[in-house]
Parts: sequence; structure tokens; C-alpha cells
Amino acid sequence: MHSSLSLADIPVGSSARITSIVTIGPNRRRLLDLGLVPGSRVDSIRRSPAGNPTAYWIKGTVIALRNEDASQILVDTRGVF
Amino acid sequence: MTVNCHIVSTEPGKDNPTVRNHFIIALAGNPNVGKSTVFNRLTGMKQHTGNWPGKTVIKAEGTFYHRNRRYTLVDLPGTYSLHAGSADEQVARDFICFSRPDITLVVSDATCLERNLNLVLQVLEITSQVVLCVNLMDEAKRKRIQVDTEKLAQELGIPVVGTAARSGQGLNRLKNVLGDMVDGKIVTSPRCVVYDQELESLVQQIEPRLAIYMPNWVNRRWVALRLLEGEFNLLNHIPHNALMDYPRGEIKEDGALCLL
Repeated sequence: MHSSLSLADIPVGSSARITSIVTIGPNRRRLLDLGLVPGSRVDSIRRSPAGNPTAYWIKGTVIALRNEDASQILVDTRGVF
Repeated sequence: MTVNCHIVSTEPGKDNPTVRNHFIIALAGNPNVGKSTVFNRLTGMKQHTGNWPGKTVIKAEGTFYHRNRRYTLVDLPGTYSLHAGSADEQVARDFICFSRPDITLVVSDATCLERNLNLVLQVLEITSQVVLCVNLMDEAKRKRIQVDTEKLAQELGIPVVGTAARSGQGLNRLKNVLGDMVDGKIVTSPRCVVYDQELESLVQQIEPRLAIYMPNWVNRRWVALRLLEGEFNLLNHIPHNALMDYPRGEIKEDGALCLL
């Protein structure tokens, strides 16, 4: 069973592992191309003053995601340090 | 070194291959991997380099000579994929797919290879004439990252050359590999991504039916996969001149499934 925790929920400074991406079509493709693939580790590193978007560290690069997109990415924080 | 600019021939394969000595090389890669530095090193040009998104907005061209061959190098915008999600990606994709470069040289960042290999595999789905340049090897060494370029070449089925373009390291080898490739001394056998059975069987149904709609040098497997993804817009980018009886409107309105 997947946790219902999404990337948008994890606090700045914490890390998680991607379990699934719940969107389809070009949006899903785009996220996968940016390196957001299941099994990958993501670090939430910075949030913009308005709270949206948030910058994430993924596979060696900083990627900024809107909360709408980040909430499509389900994650697991257990065992990720 | 001679600096020059040329109009890229859209039909490089038209000439007799035995007498050709002018080759087109497409330079692709993720943003911020030192692609423009490789371009400048190879051509002796001083194209502006810097690291902000979308820097190389249009494709830049330069020429270099090596072992009595002339090469036109086309610097494409840096992209993470070839799915035409942005203007940059579309420029890069259209050039690799439809301008028939003799070789596509993919530049990647040795410090985050995993991220970069996504684009490499996408390029390999379009063309087998690919050379991988693993750049920033100096940076990787500083970060204690070792890249086994030989193993990588084996896994991908294409030549892999490690470089540190800022200092010029590895660039002579890169030119030799490009030369060996156009001379036919290197033959690639690229790793092909195989999808699940359902998808593959759809591809098998669509692929042969595409033959009448496009010239035979267009990679029909790749086009079939894009149509299955719903990228119908792609059909409008296939060059007109080679398509005498191309029923554009028909495909556009009916979509990919009418081909089944």
C-alpha cells in the first residue's frame, strides 16, 4: 500500500523516496523526464516566500515544482535520512 | 582554426557516401553540462557560455576540420528530454529527427550521469549514430566520482569519450572517434528500450502503416511511440519536401488510432 503523503507535504530540510506518480499524460512524462521517478530520493531544500513553488534536490540538480505538481508525487519518508 | 558558418544541408545522405568529406554533427545534452564549452573547444569559436536556463535559444553552428574532413557542428538547446514540451525541446527534437545529422553527439555531466542518461536513451530511440561525451570529468574527480566509460560504452552500444572541455582534455580523442564513426570504422549497436507487451504489439501494428506517410529514413518505431503518447503534432514537423502524397489532415483529425 502506498502512503498518501505527497512531496508537497514534506517540510523543507527533509528527504523522501518517491513511491508513485499519480498524474497521467504529458504532465507525468514531464515529471519523469525531470528525474522524478519512483525509487528516487528527493530533498526539499527551499520554499519561495509565498510558499509556492518549492525547490527540490533530485539526482544532482535543483528542480522547482509548483505545489499542484508536487502533490501528484507520492513519497515515503521512512528510512530516508 | 577556421571559423565559419554554414547552412545545414537537410539532405546529407543525398551525396555519394564514398566521396563525402563534409559531415553534420548535432550537439545535444541536458542544460548546464558544458555543451557550449565543448562546442567552442571543437570549433574554436567564442560563443557565449553561462549557466542559465534557455541560454542557447536558437541553434548555433560552427565548423571544424579534422583528418581532412569538414564538420559542421550544430549546438542545440539544452534539454532534459525530446518530448517537445517546450520550444527548446522541439528545436532539439526536430533537428535530431528530421535534419538527418550524420552523428548526434550527446554531452553529459559526469557528476550526475543518471539524470543525463534519460536523454541519451531517448536519442538512441531515434538514431543509432550517436556518440556520448561524458564531460566535466575533472569536476567528477574532485567529487570522487569515477566514471567507467568503457563499461558505459558496452552497456549503451555506442562510443563513450570522457572529457574535461574547460581544459581541453579528451577532445582530440573525441574528434578521432567522430572521424572513425563517419569513416565507418566504428559501428554502433545501440541499446533499445523495450516496452511492455501491450505497447510493443501496438507499435508493431502502427509502424508498418506509417511507411506511406513518411520518407523511409524517418524512424517509424519512434514516430509510432510518439503517436501512442498522443503527440499528433509531431506529424506536422516531418519535412514536406519528401512527402508527396502525405495526407496530413487525415491523420491529424483521426488521430493515431485510425492507423490501427
